[in-house]
Amino acid sequence: MTKKFFLIILILFPLNAFALIEVDITRGNLDPLPLAVSPLSIDEKSRLSLEEILLKENIGSEISVVVENNLKTSGLFNPLDKNAFLQAPDIAHLKPRFEDWSLIKAQALITGKVNYVEDKLRVEFRLWDVLAAKELMALAFTTVPTNWRRVGHIISDKIYERLTGEKGYFDTRIIYVAEEGPKTQRIKKLAIMDQDGFNNKFLTLGNELVLTPRFNPTSQMITYLSYFKNMPRVYLLDIETGTQEVVGDFPGMTFAPRFSPDGKKIIMSFANDGKSDIYTMDLENRLVERITNHPSIDTSPSYSPDGKFITFNSDRSGYQQIYIMRSDGSDVKRISFGNGIYGTPVWSPRGDLIAFTKMHKGKFYIGVMRIDGSGERLLTENYYQEAPSWSPNGRVLIFYRETKTDSSGKGFSAKLWSIDLTGYNERLITTLTDASDPSWSSLLSN
Amino acid sequence: MHVLLIFITAMSLPFLTKKPLDIPPIVSVELIQIAEKTNIPYAPKAKKTIEKAKKKEKKLVSEQAPPKKVKKNKTKTVVSTEKNKKIENEKPKAVPLPEKTVKKIETKEENKQNPDKVDTKVKQVSEFEKKELVDTNTLQGLIDKAKEQESAEIVKKNNQVTQDQVRNIENTGLTLSEEDALKAQIFGCWSIPLGLPYNENLLVRIKLELKPDGSITKTEILDHARMNKPGQGFYKVLAESALRAVKLCQPLRVPSTGYERWKELQLNFDAREMLEG
Repeated sequence: MTKKFFLIILILFPLNAFALIEVDITRGNLDPLPLAVSPLSIDEKSRLSLEEILLKENIGSEISVVVENNLKTSGLFNPLDKNAFLQAPDIAHLKPRFEDWSLIKAQALITGKVNYVEDKLRVEFRLWDVLAAKELMALAFTTVPTNWRRVGHIISDKIYERLTGEKGYFDTRIIYVAEEGPKTQRIKKLAIMDQDGFNNKFLTLGNELVLTPRFNPTSQMITYLSYFKNMPRVYLLDIETGTQEVVGDFPGMTFAPRFSPDGKKIIMSFANDGKSDIYTMDLENRLVERITNHPSIDTSPSYSPDGKFITFNSDRSGYQQIYIMRSDGSDVKRISFGNGIYGTPVWSPRGDLIAFTKMHKGKFYIGVMRIDGSGERLLTENYYQEAPSWSPNGRVLIFYRETKTDSSGKGFSAKLWSIDLTGYNERLITTLTDASDPSWSSLLSN
Repeated sequence: MHVLLIFITAMSLPFLTKKPLDIPPIVSVELIQIAEKTNIPYAPKAKKTIEKAKKKEKKLVSEQAPPKKVKKNKTKTVVSTEKNKKIENEKPKAVPLPEKTVKKIETKEENKQNPDKVDTKVKQVSEFEKKELVDTNTLQGLIDKAKEQESAEIVKKNNQVTQDQVRNIENTGLTLSEEDALKAQIFGCWSIPLGLPYNENLLVRIKLELKPDGSITKTEILDHARMNKPGQGFYKVLAESALRAVKLCQPLRVPSTGYERWKELQLNFDAREMLEG
């Protein structure tokens, strides 16, 4: 009896004893994380050999600049001024003096070493947590020396992934339409470049007008719109071999092409008799399938990442709005209900959002909404801008923006811009010429 | 037998749950007098000792907490303004104490019938002893601090504690202002990783062990297992950011008294509000 009584007391008593004090931390700062990118150290012999090949005085510093720029443009990191660094790169790579780095308020540190071994460039790098005084990651890459920029991008991706928890987007390319000449006589060429604007290459000569290029999932093929016998048609281009072909044998014009997530199909619009519907074509057996059948203009189709749904825009309600449907064309549902006209919907690679262009009261907006149409957020507003394309991690959008011409037709320009999902980090992407219709590749190193 | 047992449990349950509710008001009055210096878990014990040794008010004062001692010294040193003298005053007072502890530890073994009382004494005295050993250099600082607080404490003594404060002391062990100070400090140190998914559980619970000066001796992520689960890579990133925040903020802005209360702290870092808003 007394035992039981004591047992009950024993059970109940701890509840009233020491309770650990809990404090809820629900706010923090959203400032970019301060980090230090120490120049990669390089021995004199390797430096001289690589200088001869790459014509760069110190390739170690050059690679660290690539990394630094990438991290900075992401808006999530704040690379600190190299002049403030107290420790030499070679010693820092072996064993950083964390006090020195925390003194300049760095929370993360990137160090590395470059070697030239057997005609190959070997780059190793380490990522350190300065406050915890520990190494977070160490990796080494070996490649041909001319690939040095890519090594910088891959390192940036690894750091980005380790510090943010999501995949990076730096080792990627962007395909776009390079524009030259006066507005009335524009020469439009297909061009490709690294996401930071370097390594620009033209893929077509500019004899024919080209529009809306899109990568396939492996980033080896491009589908785009060009003219064939004065009729706009969907084309396929293999980047490696340079071979081009017209997709399908349609009696009218085809446009707005895009690959399916598995890369086996192309989805596009086919216009005939004043209306336009959405079709797919299987690239293996060339079978064409009609997806929508409506007396309105259905266009700009884009698959969800799992391939089960398609988003597109249609004027079936009277004004152009965004819809989603199953990939077989069933269950069509309108998702945009705001004021204005909605177009160019693109499904995020993460699957959670749809990016779009919105026109309202003479202004153009790039925005995102959830796949059920809720949570519409307009990220940027301008005189004329459109055609958003997602970075492979679904965090950044690239689009193009045109400036207003004056009465004499001067002052016109078209440039590529990027903006992240916060809407605060908007950046101009430098291109050699005017540019439009950008499309982001998937991660090349995957 | 069973009926009796049920009856007793039925009676004791509300009694037990009610008891702490009854006690804090009484203790909180004590709390006001000694301000933030007592800690709640000792309160029931303290109450007993209060009842037993009600006549000896001085003894009660010494039972409450070591800081009280400091206060005592302080009242004496207030007269003499020279800093050196304070320390001189301090030492003779502190020296006899270790002797007491020896005595009491001895008596502890003998008087097992009254473990409660001895326990508290031993604890407190040994704590004081620790303080004496470690803190001789900082005593002066403590005295100065106490001096500054003195006037404020006198005002507090005369005032009733508001209900809000009492409730907060019961629940968290920190007053609202103490908690706010700590929160505000950590808010400034925590860089929330921006790449986190929006629709996941973004709560990281970290247990800290602290020194009296607010520096951290140990950190522990309470949901450690989640870090290595597939698809939870973001959680590791979030946990690391929370650890960075805590380290960056060192020493934490902890209350100047009542170390026993907060020597262990749990911080719940939740990024959802920031990322959604």
